Amino acid sequence: MGMEGIGARVARKEDKRFITGKGRYTDDMVAPGMKHAHFVRSPHAHARIRGIDSAAAEKMPGVIAVLAGDELAADAIGSLICGWMIHSKDGSPMNMGDWRPLAQTKVRYVGDAVAIVVADTKAQARDAAEAVEVDYDVLPAVTGSIDALKDGAPQIHDNAPGNLIYDWEIGDGAATDAAIASAAHVTEMKIINNRLVPNPMEPRAALGVYDEGEDHYTLWTTSQNPHVARLVMSAFYNVAPENKLRVIAPDVGGGFGSKIYIYPEEIVCLWASKKTGVPVKWNCDRTEAFLTDAHGRDHVSTVKMAFDASNRIIGLKVDTIANLGAYMSLFSSAVPTYLYATLLSGQYAIPAIHANVRTVYTNTVPVDAYRGAGRPEATYLLERVMETAARELGVSPAELRKTNFIREFPHQTPVIMCYDAGDYEASLNAAMAVSDYAGFAARKAEAQSRGKRRGIGMSCYIEACGIAPSAAVGSLGAGVGLWESAEVRVNAVGTIEVLTGSHSHGQGHETTFAQLVAERFGVGIDTVSIVHGDTDKVQMGMGTYGSRSGAVGMSAVVKALDKVEAKARKIAAHLMEADESDIVIENGELKVAGTDKSVPWFQMALAAYTAHNLPAGMEPGLKEGAFFDPANFTFPAGCYICEVEVDPETGKTEIIQFVASDDFGKIINPMIVEGQVHGGVAQGIGQAMLEAAHYDPETGQLLTASYMDYTMPRADDLPSFQVSTTETACPSNPLGIKGCGEAGAIGSPPALINAITDAIGNNDLTMPATAERVWAALRSAR
Amino acid sequence: MYATNYHRASSVEDAVQLVSGGDEAKFLSGGQTLLPTMKQRLAAPSDLVDLRHVAAMKGISVNGGTIRIGAATTHAEVANSAEIAAACPGLCHLAAHIGDPHVRHMGTIGGSIANNDPAADYPAGLLALNATIVTNTRSISADDFFTGMFDTALEEGELIVAVEITAPAKCGYAKFPNPASRYALTGVFVARQGDGSVRVAVTGAGSDGVFRQAEMEQALASDFSATALDGVSVDDSDLMADIHASSAYRANLVKVMAKRAVTAAG
Repeated sequence: MGMEGIGARVARKEDKRFITGKGRYTDDMVAPGMKHAHFVRSPHAHARIRGIDSAAAEKMPGVIAVLAGDELAADAIGSLICGWMIHSKDGSPMNMGDWRPLAQTKVRYVGDAVAIVVADTKAQARDAAEAVEVDYDVLPAVTGSIDALKDGAPQIHDNAPGNLIYDWEIGDGAATDAAIASAAHVTEMKIINNRLVPNPMEPRAALGVYDEGEDHYTLWTTSQNPHVARLVMSAFYNVAPENKLRVIAPDVGGGFGSKIYIYPEEIVCLWASKKTGVPVKWNCDRTEAFLTDAHGRDHVSTVKMAFDASNRIIGLKVDTIANLGAYMSLFSSAVPTYLYATLLSGQYAIPAIHANVRTVYTNTVPVDAYRGAGRPEATYLLERVMETAARELGVSPAELRKTNFIREFPHQTPVIMCYDAGDYEASLNAAMAVSDYAGFAARKAEAQSRGKRRGIGMSCYIEACGIAPSAAVGSLGAGVGLWESAEVRVNAVGTIEVLTGSHSHGQGHETTFAQLVAERFGVGIDTVSIVHGDTDKVQMGMGTYGSRSGAVGMSAVVKALDKVEAKARKIAAHLMEADESDIVIENGELKVAGTDKSVPWFQMALAAYTAHNLPAGMEPGLKEGAFFDPANFTFPAGCYICEVEVDPETGKTEIIQFVASDDFGKIINPMIVEGQVHGGVAQGIGQAMLEAAHYDPETGQLLTASYMDYTMPRADDLPSFQVSTTETACPSNPLGIKGCGEAGAIGSPPALINAITDAIGNNDLTMPATAERVWAALRSAR
Repeated sequence: MYATNYHRASSVEDAVQLVSGGDEAKFLSGGQTLLPTMKQRLAAPSDLVDLRHVAAMKGISVNGGTIRIGAATTHAEVANSAEIAAACPGLCHLAAHIGDPHVRHMGTIGGSIANNDPAADYPAGLLALNATIVTNTRSISADDFFTGMFDTALEEGELIVAVEITAPAKCGYAKFPNPASRYALTGVFVARQGDGSVRVAVTGAGSDGVFRQAEMEQALASDFSATALDGVSVDDSDLMADIHASSAYRANLVKVMAKRAVTAAG
């Protein structure tokens, strides 16, 4: 590795503009003549719309237009779709209810958009929105998934009887039942995975610009995948054909999944721009973000894990009910199925697994992928059960895991996944060493002498990143392929632009993608620019989510670099009258091995563009593109160990230490990987101890709609993390990369809950483990 | 936020005059409650009368055993006051744990007690310290001032000018913060006067705002130690219950925080 190549701890190029306030986000964009939008939203969780009277609002100062769902429908703008078809076990397709960008007949959650007001200023638009009179016939609401399935529950979509979206299964039910029947021990649990609000730092925003002269649309938006946004808006929402629609996602301040989806507001702003003849800007405030950003998790499960007499797992049976909210968001159907149940084998050799998953509509904001997306739910369930089983069986949690680890690869699980590589015991041993697991008893005794309860817990997670290959996901119902594209443009002076379909919204691509080029050609990363986030610049891409940018996006860059390198070698060999196979590229020069002959990189590039002296028949220029479609998912895995101290008087938990040992395969920039783990673990600790979305069960109002009531983790809630990595290379991509973006959020919640339940001697504890819940669990344990 | 008219008051009299001029005029001090409420359009005052530049409402003085804190004094100023630390360290501790640094550098003692949020810290401190609230027209004892949740004895247009406290022999504050808002989920301020009398005030837990805990006061008057509270049972029937904590948990916290406040008082 060079100073800035693969493995170098390079400071992020993009941070200077972010931390000096020079980033350019969607809300910074200004178009000539731009006006401002405010959405009229439902104050009710469930109601019929009898009528909308906008006459008074239209007369208010500065108001340009008040547009409602009927007009949108009259222009044939389509309904929002879920892009992953799931079939129930009886073969029927999922019951996808109609989601109009502006509700016409019914509203189904508090915040459901009903109309858009466009005015000269934001304040005028908001004032006028308050004057829009919507006549609602309020209906009973249901917010919890269990309640929604009960007889007599409010019916949310006509085509989803009993609010059931699908009833899906995976694995061999009969074999699993037989294993449980013959087991020496069965551990049974009910597991609740709490509902979370994503809370990226930058709220969503959209600027729709219609150019009448060109009959062309431009959308600036807070998206993790602008090309997917363009594709969906063109193919399904009928906003504009792809060649007439440019989508730009400039700097984006975090997403965590919530900015994957195409929301009503982007569609409506674009449409409203044509309708009104002015560019229309919408910027979400934090309350709107709480109410309308897709939430995460919200599973209720029961699980049985069966063991033989030697403590080997012989069967796992899971029943899960997942709350998908009022409408099916873009990838919502895949999260509790193919991103969840396919990971239920964990790091363990389990011969029989069966999972049944029902998804339901409720009068809450849609639920979709949120950092980890299904894998945190699978990991939490499995790792809570493993720890509980160890306690019931009277063996150490580490021993029980080691007894059941998968040790030979590739390993085909009973739930689709074929694990390609890993060394789970290496991660476990590393984490136990760093955490001084062996010394815990002494620390516990010392804490006891101070009146504190110490506990230790672990979690051995596996997850799946870089969801692929496209043909496989297509056969499972995905509406898109999951490859990635790249183009490498070497300019005439030798500087390099890398165009990628990946999108950076905090991941540091401008640095890490440039490191690939530095590694390959020995040029400085300052001479390399990463171009992303604009459908007019990058031909096509699938965006960034599911920790796919390294494994898939960088692999596409590598393939394009291969082609650039091959041509560069030919040019250099020609210039130096040497054999192509003797050309060595290092430190920004192309050299003839074993001689003092060399051509600087820029000179080779200039030669490519002057085309005065190229090999016979070679086309001028130096620009190559590539698409990469991986052969398999990648499987990051690791072990997290958490040690806590509980104050028995208040139930307050202090995290004493948090140790992460991850196997991410090959690492491009260790500092950025550590940052990803820190952030992910912070989010996981948030889920485990602090965060929960509460809806009022009667009215369907979101009770936790601000930071006064929704507890985001803060610095003083968190310890200093001790992170390290082990490495087994992923065989499915040229760099051996696995993916590190979500692991922290996936692996940490069970480690923390296992530690707290160990400390208090009561296993009956639900996330978030607030001080009150811990205190109550301690009291009932006595 | 709806449009509003801003006025900067130059004196107490000017402020009172200005606030009487608007239909729905409100005093604005640090704005840490009023401004977020206005931004959410939950409050729509016609006029705001800014008190932050009224000299007579600012500053801290300690004269003998009497501490006077101008109503427009920020939490950070109280937290960092060497004079108060010498006379009444528990109050510095309280002020140092209100909200976050931003809140502490903007929010003021007068604004806090005029709002009388049931989970605010200062009401517990001032009630336990038997403070006198000095307004433009009169002096009000803390016992009379805090009349219920978001309710005080202030008349329409009456303005808090300062708070006066007699330095206690010992005092301490212990707070269990709401993890989201960092208001008090339960906070207890304990003050022992030179004559041995003890006042215990609880914030965050009461269903009608800050209140005194008589049983604890009696127990501590005869034995000012944390263990003196072991026998006291806290009735949860009048305590608040919400998504953050049950009344039973708050009852537990009242006792635990009271003991810690006594320990902190030394």
